[in-house]
Amino acid sequence: MKTFIFKHWTLFSITLLAASAVWIWFSRVDPSLASAAETSAPHKGFLAPDFSLSTSEGEIITLSDLRGQPVLINLWTSWCSPCKAEMPALEHVYQDYNHDGLEILAVNSTNQDKAANAIAFVQDLGLTFPILFDNNGSVSKQYHLQALPTSIFINRAGVIQEIVVGGPMSEALLRTRIKTLFK
Amino acid sequence: MLPILHIGPLAIQVPGLVLLLGVWLGLSLTERFAPRYGMESKIIYNLVIISILAGVVGARLFYVVRFPDAFLSKPASIISINPSLLDLWGGVLTATMIALIYGRRMGLSFWPTLNALTPAMAVFSVALALAQLSSGSHYGMPTNLPWGIELWGAQRHPTQIYELIVAIIILFILWPGRETFKSASPGVYFLSFLGLSSGAYIFLEAFRGDSPFLPGGIRIAQLIALIILAVSLWGINQLELR
Repeated sequence: MKTFIFKHWTLFSITLLAASAVWIWFSRVDPSLASAAETSAPHKGFLAPDFSLSTSEGEIITLSDLRGQPVLINLWTSWCSPCKAEMPALEHVYQDYNHDGLEILAVNSTNQDKAANAIAFVQDLGLTFPILFDNNGSVSKQYHLQALPTSIFINRAGVIQEIVVGGPMSEALLRTRIKTLFK
Repeated sequence: MLPILHIGPLAIQVPGLVLLLGVWLGLSLTERFAPRYGMESKIIYNLVIISILAGVVGARLFYVVRFPDAFLSKPASIISINPSLLDLWGGVLTATMIALIYGRRMGLSFWPTLNALTPAMAVFSVALALAQLSSGSHYGMPTNLPWGIELWGAQRHPTQIYELIVAIIILFILWPGRETFKSASPGVYFLSFLGLSSGAYIFLEAFRGDSPFLPGGIRIAQLIALIILAVSLWGINQLELR
């Protein structure tokens, strides 16, 4: 068999390449069915799962209401050291890009934290972006939270562009990823 | 899917760990069998390590050049250990250039070197498929087939498992301890790996749900794999049969 293939190598190659080309043609994507951006899932390329959570002032914020703006969701707790370490960088980029439309939603995993500790944490660091309280852990569950902090970068269309698990994220990383959200 | 492994207070990123293990195992295999291809194990080991280190530095430098503004406020971030601040193609380019320079300085022959590195590439392909399985990336198209897996809101082709099985089969076929390629011309072993992998990619890519495609729906990765397959077949013809 091996010798037969080697004897007719040119014919074998042409047949294989032609069969591959035919397979490529028949397996081409139907663009109307290919878009993952219409399905909601906590993964790059999918629509970000929607949620509504309240701030410490009682204001309800719904993610889908922010469609049209780039959004960064940061899941955190007050006892998590990397969360604390990356908050100043988040505040810097919020100050620089909020007027362009960037929204940062800092979602406290309150089911594994205490609201009072979270509020003290926010005051201590002087954070100005919205702090949301995930009291029953539903958002952590929706986004398959595996480790703290976790940051989800969402573009204007509401599609997840990247999920960064762990931290602290450097300011340079935040700036480059946020810039791509505006494109 | 197991993106994170919790060991006590540690949260370990499984895909990264699997890729590191793949490099280590692949390099060990290459070191062991390098003499079979007329290469010195230590030189091959150094070639890989130097290329990886150069690739990481190059990837960071290319990233800084691409996004200089991001580093203006905190220039110290240039040396941050964050793996997200890397430019993949910049890293590949730098690693290739350094490998060529090192190879030239050490007087390495082109095809025997690639032959010696082939086991490492085959093992790394297995590790890559495992890393994709653990992270849930490279996911499949929705399917009603009974072996479909529930992932990202749909029953999907388990493309990561398809890729894993094919990578293991290719590793088995090309296992360096075999006699099959012992008498083959230099380079045929490597080109066989390239041909088998690109052929498998053309076939399996059709089941993926996240492939970038051209207008008209032709998948870009399949076209690139077709070109690589053609080059491999032509190369084998040139090296072995002429």
